[in-house]
Amino acid sequence: MIKARGLTKYYGRRLAIDHLTFEAHKGEIVGFLGPNGAGKTTTMRILTGYMPPSDGDAWVAGYHVVDESLEVRRRVGYLPENVALYDDMTVWDYLRFMGQLRQVPDLDERIAEVLERVNLLERSESFIGSLSRGMRQRVGLAQAILHRPEVLILDEPTMGLDPAQRVEVRDLIREIGQEHTVMLSTHILSEAQELCDRVLIINEGRILAEDTPEELELRLRGAQRVRLQVSGPASAAELQARLAALPGVLQVQAADAQHLEVELAPDAGRDLRPVLARAVLDAGYDLHEMCTVSLSLEDIFLQLIREEGASDQEAAAAEPSATTEAASSHPASEADEEA
Amino acid sequence: MRTVWIIARREFRRYFTSPVGYLVLFLYLFILGLIVNNSLQQAYAFSVFQGAPPPGADIVIGPMLTLLVFSIPALTMRLLAEEQASGTLELLLTAPVRDWELVVGKWLGAFLFVVVLLALTLIYPLALHLLTEPGLDWGPVISGYLGLLLVSAALLALGVAVSALFRSQVAAFVVTLALFLFLWMISSLASAGSPSEGVLRYLDFGHHFYTSFFRGVIDLQGVVYYLSVTAFGLFVGTVIIESRRWRG
Repeated sequence: MIKARGLTKYYGRRLAIDHLTFEAHKGEIVGFLGPNGAGKTTTMRILTGYMPPSDGDAWVAGYHVVDESLEVRRRVGYLPENVALYDDMTVWDYLRFMGQLRQVPDLDERIAEVLERVNLLERSESFIGSLSRGMRQRVGLAQAILHRPEVLILDEPTMGLDPAQRVEVRDLIREIGQEHTVMLSTHILSEAQELCDRVLIINEGRILAEDTPEELELRLRGAQRVRLQVSGPASAAELQARLAALPGVLQVQAADAQHLEVELAPDAGRDLRPVLARAVLDAGYDLHEMCTVSLSLEDIFLQLIREEGASDQEAAAAEPSATTEAASSHPASEADEEA
Repeated sequence: MRTVWIIARREFRRYFTSPVGYLVLFLYLFILGLIVNNSLQQAYAFSVFQGAPPPGADIVIGPMLTLLVFSIPALTMRLLAEEQASGTLELLLTAPVRDWELVVGKWLGAFLFVVVLLALTLIYPLALHLLTEPGLDWGPVISGYLGLLLVSAALLALGVAVSALFRSQVAAFVVTLALFLFLWMISSLASAGSPSEGVLRYLDFGHHFYTSFFRGVIDLQGVVYYLSVTAFGLFVGTVIIESRRWRG
């Protein structure tokens, strides 16, 4: 459904995306995961026929995005990042306008159907300017699915929504994804994990990893860290050595005199935290606190970049923004969702 | 063409859901009314005291071109600038709409509005017809209005092209007005008898109007001039939109 080969885009001299190659198959929800400025929007704008790439090729629904742009645009539904809509039109009139441009048959019935689906039927006569952010997002989605597109491209579909609206929009996307090929971008890890069949991690215009969410999660688990607060007879350094000797422990770092960070092997096969606790007590130390340090999206990027950039040990030390979360198996905290 | 019509119709309607449309209509008719009223009073005095012939349609049509020069920038300024500033252009350009269809549609919507505006001003020639004896010579009225339609088409096309250049409506307005005034004054830049005089006079859009249409003559050279300026404006507008895609 979507095929990109060596997609490259320069803005002037700035390289926005660098030889992206990926595919999305029919009925698949593919997530583009990356920080702001990674090149997600640029890629999507190329796929929707909004602008041509500087180099490389892409096909959507079998049509070339530059040579057969009009055919591509007929088959793509697009929700741009900022959902720019005409504020001075009513929801109904706006959808009529877009539907006419796209030559949707039985337009009025279809608009009613779509509005029902996005749960906006009772607001169809409201001016778009008077709608809340979440409702605007739903109008944007309605516009994107109005012409029954084969491919749906959604740029940050849940950005700026409150948690309830976010759940609503995610449900809607999941539902739509059963019939359409969906490509969505997000900088929220949990969203990608929840929605997507496959995730492309993109940073600085390059794809760093391509995984199913399960594998991605495994990768995260593999980096599980536990933070300990201890006090005891000697310096934490001695304890550090003892803990490092335990089976299943990969690395122990002392943050300061009281805090240690322990990295656990992913394939230990059991929960190592009780073992850690016992080891601390056996060594004659007091254990004040133990919590799992969950990796934020930034950490994963750092990790992936580190893997890519080979053995750069410095980066391991620069682990500033790890958010702590009371021992929970949830790999990503909701706290890093919105910036 | 279907797409052009869909865009034109929406644009036309928007003039009636926004203050700009009403403001232009009101000011145009009001100022024209003041001028016509003033001219009528003068003409009345002349005819009573000096036996001058009753006034013709020129007292209406003469000031109309001037008023268009100032009104059209207000009508075209937002056409594409607003779409770019608000980001709605992205959705239009990812719909199956060709760039020229968008530009022509925007232009046509504005042109239809000017047709309505000009139709409303027909009250003045009608009133003149009823007020004077033996009534109005309709020839110059017809050629004058045809000329005004042609001038409007050309100016609107230039306005659309300028609007495609900017994200700010104010900038689009100022530049459009400046461009119109330049094209209006251009023939006065030439010194009489110089070789450039002919060229500059040809480029002057007022010149074509006042020497023919205004006097009741439908001049083919003028028709060609206005239609080519229209085509040029629409072409440039399309190229600008196209280049937006490349620049991203």
